[in-house]
Amino acid sequence: MAIISRGFAGRRSAADAKLPPGQYLTTDFPVLSAGPTPHISPDRWEFAIDDGSNGLKRWDWKSFRELPSETITTDLHCVTRWSKLDTSWEGVSLDVLLADVKTDLPYAMFRSYGDYTTNLPLKDLMNKQAWIAFKYNGADLEPEHGGPARLLVPHLYLWKSAKWVKGMTLMPHDKPGFWENLGYHIYGDPWREQRYSEE
Amino acid sequence: MAGTAVLGRVTWRTATVVGLHDETPTARTLALAVRNWPGHVAGQHVDVRLMAADGYSAVRSYSIASAPNSDGRIEITVERLPTGEVSPYLTQDVVVGDELELRGPIGGWFVWRSDQTESIQLVAGGSGIVPLMAMLRSRSSIGSGAPFRLLYSAREPRAVFYRDELRALSNQGDSVVITYAYTRVTPKDWPRPAGRIDASLIATGTWPSTLRPTSYVCGPTSFVEHTTDLLIAAGHDRERIKTERFGATGERK
Repeated sequence: MAIISRGFAGRRSAADAKLPPGQYLTTDFPVLSAGPTPHISPDRWEFAIDDGSNGLKRWDWKSFRELPSETITTDLHCVTRWSKLDTSWEGVSLDVLLADVKTDLPYAMFRSYGDYTTNLPLKDLMNKQAWIAFKYNGADLEPEHGGPARLLVPHLYLWKSAKWVKGMTLMPHDKPGFWENLGYHIYGDPWREQRYSEE
Repeated sequence: MAGTAVLGRVTWRTATVVGLHDETPTARTLALAVRNWPGHVAGQHVDVRLMAADGYSAVRSYSIASAPNSDGRIEITVERLPTGEVSPYLTQDVVVGDELELRGPIGGWFVWRSDQTESIQLVAGGSGIVPLMAMLRSRSSIGSGAPFRLLYSAREPRAVFYRDELRALSNQGDSVVITYAYTRVTPKDWPRPAGRIDASLIATGTWPSTLRPTSYVCGPTSFVEHTTDLLIAAGHDRERIKTERFGATGERK
């Protein structure tokens, strides 16, 4: 049974109506990372797609940046409960990256510089739902926010938007990545408040 | 460990406030007796939920400051953020006997487990000391011989949390080596001018990288970015550095 906090009024705003349950609005951009920030220079950066045994696609920075990109304006929701509205990004959609990849494998594990991993269903990556982003607010993405390039999957909690991405492996079955192995939800939908593995 | 870090611990529990004391002019420790508390590991946090009379609720995460124990009590230390929604209530309005809703413990990464025997380097910025204090207290409570050092950066002497307890810890036989750094105001006759941690302080105030310590760095984002870069430049393996960051308005801790 809920306990009323005597004398607590809280601070409500019109923006709360746009927020998933249990989130609060912030205007700055907090950082959640498990370890030190890797500083990856674009000339060593690459992004590769494989199916677990064979390499399927690979881009270095130059060929990646030659792909068609788009600007994205979207809300962000972090499992640590902050949300940030109307953020502006530039990135290459996964639709572009996967355009000539023929696969029946329904899941993907993203890998990052610094050894972070996170898992996603392929259907959450297609149809303008996910990007590899390299600019934030018109400027090159800062290393602490995942630069030179990060995954952006804004309809899921932000830990799914892996920073410093370097590749994705297509998988026949879903399996947990880094935070998902530490008790966080396998899917992470903020609107269903899927923070932890029991929710 | 995989998959078990928070299992069985995400239900909301009732916590009764059984003690309050101020650590600094802006930070207060709340001692909580938690019904059916499952126990925790040093470094974990809890979610605290406040609810207004009309059902509006606000939840924030706070690191546990106390050592693991079996008596169903935990302490959290809350820094009051002037523009915060929850921290002013917890640091100014709550009285002993109040009940709060809480769930946890949460988190299986930024933790020190009592079977770890390697050298440990703790680096705290401001209220980032809280989960590291749980590690120091855990080490003491079980009589662990793991070599610990703490590098603790605070704005000024009066902003230091747990001052007397840290002094006592560093005076014990199996001492914990503690180095303070002040960013704005130093004590009188302090050998180092006020300023951020730099390479020379990393050299003198932390374990050498050749010892291969595990490091836990907690504080504001800019602090964690800066100090982990210094640790890596001093030869520490990035794989052995664990971090927890909080933003200006993130009320973690």
